[in-house]
Amino acid sequence: MATAVMTSLDTKSRSAPRGMSDIRIRNLFIIPTILFLIVFNIFPLIYSLGYSFTDFRASSNAPASFVGLQNYRALLNDPFIWLNFAITAKYVIISVTGQVIVGFGTAMLLNRDIPLKGLLTTLLLLPMMLSMAVVGLFWKLLYDPSFGIINYTFGLGSFEWLSNPDMALYAVAITDIWMWSPFVMLLSLAGLSAVPKHLYEAAAIDRAGPFYTFFRITLPLVAPILMIAVIFRTMEAFKTFDLAYILTSQPTTEVISIRLYKMAFQEWQTGRSCALAYIVLIMVLAITNIYVKYLNKVKER
Amino acid sequence: MRKTMTGLLAGIGLMWACGTSAQAQELTIFWAEWDPANYLQELANEYEAQTGVKVTVETTPWADFQTKAFTEFNAKGSAYDMVVGDSQWIGAASEAGHYVDLTDFFNKHKLNEVMAPATVKYYSEYPSNSKKYWSIPAEGDAVGWSYRKDWFEDPKEMAAFKAKYGYDLAPPKTWAEMRDIAEFFHRPGEKRYGIAIYTDNSYDGLVMGVENAMFSYGGELGDYQSYKVDGIINSEKNVKALEMYRELYGFTPPGWAKTFFVENNQAITENLAAMSMNYFAFFPALVNEASNPNAKVTGFFANPAGPGGEQFAALGGQGISVISYSDNQEEAMKFLEWFIKDETQKRWAELGGYTASAKVLESPEFQNATPYNKAFYETMFKVKDFWATPEYAELLIQMNQRIYPFVTAGQGTAKEALDSLAADWKATFDKYGRNK
Repeated sequence: MATAVMTSLDTKSRSAPRGMSDIRIRNLFIIPTILFLIVFNIFPLIYSLGYSFTDFRASSNAPASFVGLQNYRALLNDPFIWLNFAITAKYVIISVTGQVIVGFGTAMLLNRDIPLKGLLTTLLLLPMMLSMAVVGLFWKLLYDPSFGIINYTFGLGSFEWLSNPDMALYAVAITDIWMWSPFVMLLSLAGLSAVPKHLYEAAAIDRAGPFYTFFRITLPLVAPILMIAVIFRTMEAFKTFDLAYILTSQPTTEVISIRLYKMAFQEWQTGRSCALAYIVLIMVLAITNIYVKYLNKVKER
Repeated sequence: MRKTMTGLLAGIGLMWACGTSAQAQELTIFWAEWDPANYLQELANEYEAQTGVKVTVETTPWADFQTKAFTEFNAKGSAYDMVVGDSQWIGAASEAGHYVDLTDFFNKHKLNEVMAPATVKYYSEYPSNSKKYWSIPAEGDAVGWSYRKDWFEDPKEMAAFKAKYGYDLAPPKTWAEMRDIAEFFHRPGEKRYGIAIYTDNSYDGLVMGVENAMFSYGGELGDYQSYKVDGIINSEKNVKALEMYRELYGFTPPGWAKTFFVENNQAITENLAAMSMNYFAFFPALVNEASNPNAKVTGFFANPAGPGGEQFAALGGQGISVISYSDNQEEAMKFLEWFIKDETQKRWAELGGYTASAKVLESPEFQNATPYNKAFYETMFKVKDFWATPEYAELLIQMNQRIYPFVTAGQGTAKEALDSLAADWKATFDKYGRNK
């Protein structure tokens, strides 16, 4: 079937004298990638699934013994792990909602004829081009209660952003919103520029108000691409590690990936951490699936 | 073509052969990134001058030290020949076979007589009282305190303190006095605060800080031989000690919820706090005017006593171990033989390293060399340490999880935190079959 849709080899091409067929060229490109994926992704994935049913510790020479579902049972009965999941969920909701509001809002502002639009867009994209570790380190300075510029600018005195357990998660989310709103903005901008102008003209003729136009024309047409941005950002936010790890070490900001890191590389509970990684993977897959289903629905409309 | 290939292979072979012969004359020691590692490099340079063997001290930031070291051990990597590993690692590293057994070396050189007893007990011996040794005490360390002499000796402050508390303002002898002094100097309006303590819960910062209080209050973490914890870690003494630590947290500068050695030295250099807890290893920076503008007015004292008069401190510091996967074990042993010599230990102390050699520690020359050496000497004979079992990292994380919310946010009570911790630790020891 695949060969049927392929074009035949151009007799003047450089490959022709070597007698390389299209399939061979295709294989030449694809097989190394597939091998790479199998060796570095699929194999560890399956291998770690096996470990998740054992009490294996990478730090000891003791052989791994099979413990069945014990790791999964222990993890799902651990109140601290549920707390980590609750923190992660809260973080994902705050962070992704914030990014959609700020990113989409900025895209709406930029989706008009304004001077230096190109330069402005490029400058707005800068945060997402920075390294997470660098962003974490300089936001830590910005939040500093003694000399941080945020407290100075807003006249907050010595307000403790990162050492206040109730505030720390919001502080991490604000940093994430600052960094990743441009990503949502970029995708929204692409969606907005694809909305046919004549729809707005027709709405104007029918004297539709700005809210009506936004909710009935702009949003439905941009929704599919916005959903893609939300899927990406949700998956990323769910896996957040760097920012939360660098900015603060409050128990209220211990998202699931930090707990996973500690379990795997500080406690060396390799088997149990593999099980936790699988629980996280299943959760991310489930959430993504819900989004994709919703995305298909939106597209059908 | 064949000739070229043969030539190429011969060349590679020659390079490989030269490479291995050169490698035998090189040793790599892995340690964390801090001043003592630089001093050790200086000492190692002198070894190179004497023997021609190049010794490199490779470092990594403290936060990654444990992860990086154990990743290398677990992979049975030969990147490092020796490691100056944390005292708590000894159980995990010896049981997994990462460290070479140094018992014969230890006995041959009578190191349990040469080195200070506490350093032998906590840096070298595992299991406890087994007479099996896995490392040579290298950098002795413990937690001590620095304070602002100019604030303490200001006549106005002294009079005001005496009027308020009824006794003279001086470096505290007890934790209760320390609390009073911290309260007295805590003036947020003047951006001047009472005390700087460890609160970082990402490794052993907070735990070491709390241990200082617990040990001096007469508490223990558990029975290191029977692994019994209930009634010990959650004893009345430990509850009182944890409550005191929480109270002291109230007198720290703003944003003091993730602080360790760097911040605690800054508390003194940046005029933030009257007193600051820190490892002795970080005190050289406080007497150096280049790194501390208040160097001339910075004083030091040993960890104060608890209400019962007991006085202990949390042990820091590390021993040097030979890694089982090193290709240069013989060469590494030769280095250790040189390292334990009296004159080398003396030189180590001169360079800034904290020797564990009892002879050097007891010498007046050492004790008078810096303003804090005497406090260090006194402290090193009354130190206690955390668990050194292979699952110490789990125990550490559990302790952080239970006590951090109480200390920094006042969540729950000290009793509740320690009762929960006792249950966590018991479950962990049950899991590994320790208390059978």
